Amino acid sequence: MFKFMADQAVALRGLRKSFGSVEAVAGVDLDIADGEFFAMLGPSGSGKTTVLRMIAGFETPTAGTVELAGRDVTRLAPFERDVNTVFQDYALFPHMSVLENVEYGLRVKKVPNRRQKALEALASVRLEGYGKRRPGQLSGGQRQRVALARALVNRPQVLLLDEPLGALDLKLREEMQVELKAIQREVGITFLFVTHDQEEALTMSDRVAVFDAGRIEQVGTPAEVYERPASAFVAGFVGTSNLISGPAAQAVLGKDGTFSVRPEKLRVAAPDEPVADGEHSATGLVTEVVYAGPATRFVVDLDAGGRLIALQQNLQVSSMDVMGLRGTRVRLVWHRRHEFAIV
Amino acid sequence: MRRRLATCLHRHAGVRLSLLLSAPMAWLGLAYLGALAALLVTAFWSTDTFTGNLVRTFTWVNFEDLVTGEVYRTIALRSLGVAAAVTVIDLVVAFPMAFAMAKLASPRAQRWLVIAVLTPLWASYLVKAYAWRVLLSTGGILGWGYGLGATVLTLSYLWLPYMILPIYAGLERLPNSLLDAAGDLGARGWRTFRTVVWPLTFPAVAAGSIFTFSLSLGDYITVKIVGGRSQLIGNVVYDNIGAANNLPFAAAVATVPVLIMLVYLAAVRRTGALENL
Repeated sequence: MFKFMADQAVALRGLRKSFGSVEAVAGVDLDIADGEFFAMLGPSGSGKTTVLRMIAGFETPTAGTVELAGRDVTRLAPFERDVNTVFQDYALFPHMSVLENVEYGLRVKKVPNRRQKALEALASVRLEGYGKRRPGQLSGGQRQRVALARALVNRPQVLLLDEPLGALDLKLREEMQVELKAIQREVGITFLFVTHDQEEALTMSDRVAVFDAGRIEQVGTPAEVYERPASAFVAGFVGTSNLISGPAAQAVLGKDGTFSVRPEKLRVAAPDEPVADGEHSATGLVTEVVYAGPATRFVVDLDAGGRLIALQQNLQVSSMDVMGLRGTRVRLVWHRRHEFAIV
Repeated sequence: MRRRLATCLHRHAGVRLSLLLSAPMAWLGLAYLGALAALLVTAFWSTDTFTGNLVRTFTWVNFEDLVTGEVYRTIALRSLGVAAAVTVIDLVVAFPMAFAMAKLASPRAQRWLVIAVLTPLWASYLVKAYAWRVLLSTGGILGWGYGLGATVLTLSYLWLPYMILPIYAGLERLPNSLLDAAGDLGARGWRTFRTVVWPLTFPAVAAGSIFTFSLSLGDYITVKIVGGRSQLIGNVVYDNIGAANNLPFAAAVATVPVLIMLVYLAAVRRTGALENL
């Protein structure tokens, strides 16, 4: 039991936060293990950032507790907690040099050898030689790395990242995703990051908590959340929802309820193609074809009612071939094990 | 025809600019800088002691009197001291007030506080000065009597909004995340203030101090009303224009605060505060 407790880097119990009459966080319980790369995923206004700010100490919960490594820190000020934050706007001090920014936390805590440590931290984010510059002289990606170095140099128990890649362009974002992951493996610190980008959450994290309306809808590994969404919201927010329900479910699957099939699990076939054992299928009309380079997206209106989206790799075909499918009738085929009942 | 004119204006940005600026430039050039130039020229003339007429010949005599006169040096230093004291008092009162307005108050309370700070500016200067005279008079509510202290107090009250508003604007521009970041990195309140808030709002403070300092330096009415027998530079100018009928000497005295303000502005300029006005 003791070991179990010690393994939790962060433990949230019945966490609530109201701003006036608005309940931003409506009861959150969460355990994050030591050394985990954990993502809090959700649309804006789902309460994920407020949870992060309560862990950092910028907001005081209306109810519930925040524990860091088994210690109740709910009422402690930010400067009394062993966590550091990478802010969405980076929050670098514009009147200090890059090196002074990175040294700030060490200087406050009177850590010895701080110059040396700050230089090492800058080197670890590949910014050697940038120490004398002002934050205003750096690009967005460089500022992001300074913010990371400034937080990591303090060796916190938990690093909190608030939409850390939100302000970067796509290419830089993809680079930083890989880099963040590598840095986390290297330092072994628990990373807890907030994002509204489902792809980012899936590619970077060990586990994901999906937030909606101040509550956690599902916690699990990226594969669990993606392949077995626990609710219609998760199915829709993490990936394309592709729901079959009501009379369509009765007609196509022969059972009642709501079911989800991911677009890439659907095969687009000729309407008269025979269906193998263990497969389900549905016929319909292709109403839209979206060519996206490596893959093509087909929007199919089912004869039984409802609409499915199928994603096909462009292995053999060209854009000319797939565009010609608009307005034709097709049969969508998938294996039974890829369809999931949604509660 | 109107179209042709519009097209012409669109093409020639220089013409457009000069048309827009002609009226303000005329005002600035003639009424404002012209008056200052006249003042400077007058300072080098003198008055005939018998007839009281202006003698329009160049002379240094006014400035010689000014520099050698012990009493003028005392008055200049006193004025400087009053202006500095008012600036410091306003800063100490305004900063926490502006901080509360910009960072702690709800958006609704923020609007009301701005209105509350601005409202006294709508009341007449004289009314407010006389109000303080009544407050300070022996037998009044405060009853501290008149003098330099009363002058500093009253001026601090009068110019306070001019210090609060620039600092408030400066703090509004300071992202909250910087305060969060300092706390996150272990800094307590005082350290956050010293290392983050103060350096980043200093230009705003300097901007506010230009108002409080220059307004105090030029004042001669408040000191007449609550200053008892103390005199400031403004009184010397006023008395020389009126009672003493020595316009050239008044002009020479009036260049002193102008010079002090030029030095002050040059110092403030180095902080980058002028971009905050």
